[in-house]
Amino acid sequence: MNFYAVRAIYLFELQRAWRTLLQTIATPVISTSLYFVVFGSAIGSSMAEVQGVSYAAFIVPGLIMMMLLTESTANASFGIYMPRYSGAIYEVLSAPVSALEILLGYVGAAASKSIVLGLLILLTARLFVDYQIAHPIWMGVFLVLTAVTFSLMGFIIGLWADGWEKLQIVPALIITPLAFLGGSFYSIEMLPPIWQKIALLNPVVYLISGFRWSFYGISDVNPLISLGMTLVFLAICSLIVRWIFKTGYRLKN
Amino acid sequence: MIAIEHLSKTYASGHPALKSINLNIRRGEIFALLGPNGAGKTTLISIICGLVNPGAGRVLVDGYDIVQDYRAARTCIGLVPQELYSESFETVWATIRFSRGLFGKAPDDAYLEKLLRDLSLWDKKDARILDLSGGMKRRVMIAKALSHEPSVLFLDEPTAGVDVELRRDMWDMVRALRDRGVTVILTTHYIEEAEEMADRIGVIRQGEIILVEEKDRLMRQLGKKQLMVQLQHPLLEPPPELQVYALEYSTDGQTLTYTFDGHQEHNGMAELLRQLVELGIDFKDVQTRQSSLEEIFVNLVKAHP
Repeated sequence: MNFYAVRAIYLFELQRAWRTLLQTIATPVISTSLYFVVFGSAIGSSMAEVQGVSYAAFIVPGLIMMMLLTESTANASFGIYMPRYSGAIYEVLSAPVSALEILLGYVGAAASKSIVLGLLILLTARLFVDYQIAHPIWMGVFLVLTAVTFSLMGFIIGLWADGWEKLQIVPALIITPLAFLGGSFYSIEMLPPIWQKIALLNPVVYLISGFRWSFYGISDVNPLISLGMTLVFLAICSLIVRWIFKTGYRLKN
Repeated sequence: MIAIEHLSKTYASGHPALKSINLNIRRGEIFALLGPNGAGKTTLISIICGLVNPGAGRVLVDGYDIVQDYRAARTCIGLVPQELYSESFETVWATIRFSRGLFGKAPDDAYLEKLLRDLSLWDKKDARILDLSGGMKRRVMIAKALSHEPSVLFLDEPTAGVDVELRRDMWDMVRALRDRGVTVILTTHYIEEAEEMADRIGVIRQGEIILVEEKDRLMRQLGKKQLMVQLQHPLLEPPPELQVYALEYSTDGQTLTYTFDGHQEHNGMAELLRQLVELGIDFKDVQTRQSSLEEIFVNLVKAHP
């Protein structure tokens, strides 16, 4: 294992985040806090409890998960697309590093940034909302697994994209709508029966449900199924990345 | 140091970039790879460095197979690509530390400081790459390639677009690297560069190596010598006695050129001059010149259509 290479890529990526602190950390924390203020404190105070939890507290896990999905994808896709765009990727490809080491560096850095962001938002939420964490270890497991899985997905998008527009398409047109419709702001039990069934086709439902269960012990889906679905998604992304490195897709001629 | 055996590469488009290349590059030499655009120079370098997947054949770097033992092989190699690729917003110091780590070397700030000082980059170490001039960026690319102390350095068109002063500096640096035992492989469009620096020269054309030779020997074997005689009065009608020399006459009749083999004991030069005197053809100046590597290269490429 080339530890120095993993460390070099990881620190280089974190340095990028540090250099663009306002964009990487402050912007998502502030925008998510606005959701807490508007939907939690302002509108939420006049809304009924959902599954025995105040609406303001109910949306905390969903909002964190929504931010985690979008930021993990954006960080990882940008992290690998940028050197591809500038041509600096030549150095990584010519270095004595394996695919796993490249992944540990890029995906590890992207996931780390998202996890730190998630925890920051969790702390910020405390200023507006009173929430509990019933299963803190499981909360950590869902947080890490989701951050890693969606960072892997972002890595794939960063390799697939051949322009800035494509880099934005998947997060904007797929992940954000799936997160909004995946139960960030409501329980799928609140939907008509037919839509409840359709909602189960949305993979984000399982992530949000599992994450919310770790907070309040309530869920739309069995938490084990949520965990299983997260692992399946992680396995799919891993297989795609493995194929990319094996064939050199978008990396080597 | 580098052994290339039957290396072929055909791109997905069907274009055969390399056709069964066989080449051995010796430890500690400067090897110049010459060839016209699209000849396969960059493809060859890219395969050895791991940027392009090889087709058939194999390549060993210091005895390590570039596919089976890619870690050991790539650790030996430093690459300065043709284009100035870098993370523009990073500082010089951050980017060379990154490069060293990427190639599996422990941080060594003392070595990196010396490297930057040698390349006259030390006072720019905190500057963003974006803010550097083209020449400085080129130096940064070299610093990145040398940051992990490679034993083989590939320079793909190293002096493209750099000024004369920097070019001279880079030539000195390359010679110093060779003197320290580093094997240098360079591709260049500047024949003057190969002529100035290379120990051996390889010529590639349409994916095939058409010649590998010691530079001095190549210059001796294929280089012609010419005698140019400036006449006092134009020679409007060449006398038949001079036909045997196959002379070339300038259009104004003022200059005649005699091409001969400079390594022959009796090359005919003295006889020609004597004959001119005997024929009463006065001359005011006499010059000799050796054909440049550029002329040799052009002739070689023309000879292999």
